[in-house]
Amino acid sequence: MMNSNECDAADGAIAQGYNFAYLDEQTKRMIRRSILKAVAIPGYQVPFGSREMPLPYGWGTGGIQVTASIIGPHDVLKVIDQGSDDTTNAVNIRRFFSATTGVTTTDRTAEASIVQTRHRIPETPLADGQILVYQVPIPEPLRWLEPSETETRRMHALEDYGLMHVKLYEDIARFGHIATSYDYPVRVNGRYLMRPSPIPKFDNPKMHMNPALQLFGAGREKRIYAVPPYTSVESLDFDDHPFEIQKWTACCGLCGSRDSFLDELITDDAGSRLFVCSDSEYCRDRIDSGAGAPVEPAAIDERESSAA
Amino acid sequence: MNAAAHSKQPAATPQHGATDTAFTPGFANPVFDSQHVFRMVLDAMAHPGSVRDIATSVEAPGLLQPASAALLLALADLDTPVWIQPGAAGAEHATTTRFLGFHCNCPLTHDASAAAFALIHSPERMPPLSGFRLGEAEYPDRSTTVLMHVQSFDGGPTVQLSGPGIRDRQALSVAGLPAAFWKEWCDNGLLFPLGVDVLFISGCRIAALPRTTRVEA
Amino acid sequence: MYVAVKGGESAIVNSWSLLAETRRGDTAIPELTLAQIRAQMPLAVDRVMGEGSLYDPELAALAIKQAAGDLVEAIFLLRAYRTTLPRLAVSLPLDTARMHIRRRISSAFKDLPGGQVLGPTYDYTQRLLDFKLAAEGQRPAAVQAPEPVAARMPRVTDLLGKEGLIPFEAPPDGDPEPFDLTREPLEFPASRPARLQNLARGDEGFLLALGYSSQRGYSNTHPFAGEIRMGDVAVEVIPDELGFAIDIGDITVTECQSINQFAGSADVAPHFTRGYGLVFGGSERKAMAMALVDRSLRAKEFGEAVNAPAQDEEFVLYHTDNLEASGFVQHLKLPHYVDFQSELELVRKLRARHQAGASTEQKAAA
Repeated sequence: MMNSNECDAADGAIAQGYNFAYLDEQTKRMIRRSILKAVAIPGYQVPFGSREMPLPYGWGTGGIQVTASIIGPHDVLKVIDQGSDDTTNAVNIRRFFSATTGVTTTDRTAEASIVQTRHRIPETPLADGQILVYQVPIPEPLRWLEPSETETRRMHALEDYGLMHVKLYEDIARFGHIATSYDYPVRVNGRYLMRPSPIPKFDNPKMHMNPALQLFGAGREKRIYAVPPYTSVESLDFDDHPFEIQKWTACCGLCGSRDSFLDELITDDAGSRLFVCSDSEYCRDRIDSGAGAPVEPAAIDERESSAA
Repeated sequence: MNAAAHSKQPAATPQHGATDTAFTPGFANPVFDSQHVFRMVLDAMAHPGSVRDIATSVEAPGLLQPASAALLLALADLDTPVWIQPGAAGAEHATTTRFLGFHCNCPLTHDASAAAFALIHSPERMPPLSGFRLGEAEYPDRSTTVLMHVQSFDGGPTVQLSGPGIRDRQALSVAGLPAAFWKEWCDNGLLFPLGVDVLFISGCRIAALPRTTRVEA
Repeated sequence: MYVAVKGGESAIVNSWSLLAETRRGDTAIPELTLAQIRAQMPLAVDRVMGEGSLYDPELAALAIKQAAGDLVEAIFLLRAYRTTLPRLAVSLPLDTARMHIRRRISSAFKDLPGGQVLGPTYDYTQRLLDFKLAAEGQRPAAVQAPEPVAARMPRVTDLLGKEGLIPFEAPPDGDPEPFDLTREPLEFPASRPARLQNLARGDEGFLLALGYSSQRGYSNTHPFAGEIRMGDVAVEVIPDELGFAIDIGDITVTECQSINQFAGSADVAPHFTRGYGLVFGGSERKAMAMALVDRSLRAKEFGEAVNAPAQDEEFVLYHTDNLEASGFVQHLKLPHYVDFQSELELVRKLRARHQAGASTEQKAAA
């Protein structure tokens, strides 16, 4: 099943005294069983015996444990944070997997079999057969409304999500809009309320009926959940206040994209701003293919969003 | 302890029907073989009703088939009680339990409602799915994964499946299921989020039915 | 022209070598040895072993050296290492009644069988900085006692137990294997074994504060230090091949049994109730805090009103782990600019609406 190059790379990792992908086999089995049940119950948080990892809790240990449990020598891994392959956290995690598995890593979404991400979904659409692993800080969507785990678990069991609807309604009453812009709660397969992790609400529609398998790992909170391919994921809203994603009047200052999530950069002391694609791969691809002309920074001044 | 157990080799090949004193081998390469089998099962669960060949070289001792043996080697251990359908010949049952005991170190249970994994080798005599562990309202994950040996995935009655993991419809043909199975499966679906999850097994091939999968008329 | 920031990978590698250089410090100064840390900072080593959940003084000393003295960082190193270790056997329960005593006191009784053995403690020192320590070369020598410490000392709580004044803690029927917090996630309501494991690994500072709060009216258990004992206990396992127990080594532990206000109802006669603390090494403050918090968390068991933080099982048990706490607090240093961008946009929108509302009012008033 493995060719000799893959064996060598994997052996190199194991030769350092660590098991392939760092975790021992018993831990992997436990996590794998949790993942299978998570896929069978979309959006439900499966408790699992999270282990201490060499990176701190809160820095992606859940995503890392999920990836470590699924990854094999044939996989190709992409790791991003804030949409970029080059942020320090993404670099650190990619190095961890290189060292403990020897797998091929890539910054091209289309070439990856596993994409581990923090806070963004890649702009490049995913395909059937790919797995997206999200790093999750707080898995419980009701946590800010109800600190007790005993209570929130009961609410999920009874499908009692009134507390969340009240909160959203109060936002509308007070602000005219739902005051949640990221980690926006969703309903999965028409049943479980789920937190998508701190992705901007801009990314929420990508989760719906995605051909890829989406796995979510929360290491510190010790929960795993999943959205199978082609599963409905609906962002909470009201009939008279439908869910809308963020829009910018500006386009990306490097590639001209009008369809991607844009980061705002402050470029001088006077507060001039430049908007640039958050997804570095997407932006680079657009530049390389010659699509879209960059717009002069001076032309981008006031941003007005028409989003709800 | 388990890693050491996996790497042991048997002293001799077992003779079916005779007194078995040895074990057939487990995975040749436990770390990578487990990972490969798990990914096949995950892929099957994420694409219900589509048949996957897990291409394992594990022999099928006793009541097991290659895919069910491989699956249990990959996923069963100290923490997962395994239920084996009673009523088979004593020697075969003993071979099976010895294999699992040696390689997986999994506890064996006679109580279907306590099982993490259940092996149904004779589906015509299968107990009701509702007798297995169905989970609790607050912990629906604590439920049995039922491994069901079927005759084949070619030439049996075809059903149309829908639900998470299936874009629109997925056709599945299974030969060797009892007539009442699909009715029972619908009843299982009514219990959602509780219920069991099923893996059909035929030789090296598997197809999965997570509890979210519906049969269309 | 804006150029995207690159080079994250090389920045990280450079930060590692800068850290190593900073940790070592001035190379003209002799390097710290593990032997020095073990021998001369044993209480730091004990804390790291206890909260690291791994009894290995040498490794704990290495962790302290690598962490440049940051004990929470050292605890992290030890825990991460622990994850990689295979689990070979489960020992018999430690028999602290057979402890080789180095220190044993009780504040519940003036004198007791075996006596009050003060041991090496800071308790009776005056906290005056000793500037003689700034120079090296001291070789303090303790005076040897005329007789050895009693070989076996009965526990105060056992003596009270014989009189029926404090219940013996019996394991559940069949003595099932206890829950293992390092392998399974916590569930609520939590069993006492789960709670005690959680507290044993928990941050000393957090437990100290909670224990303190329980003494100041945030719950009130009227505790007495029934007995505190520190010394060496044997770790025993029963190998399958032998069928009997063998001693595989000794470890030093500190055990604190607190005696608390007596409960009682129409059916049950009043009696004392117990709080229990057990730690590796000589971390006595932690053992006492643990006992206070253990007893507070037993409030429901004794029909007491639950209304203080130290009694709130979820609040206490979810926040004792300083690895989790440190990780999550410090994760705020990770890039959050995508979410911040979303928040910026939201706040601007809400402000615009607010200002539009204000100018509408002005127009109306004019």
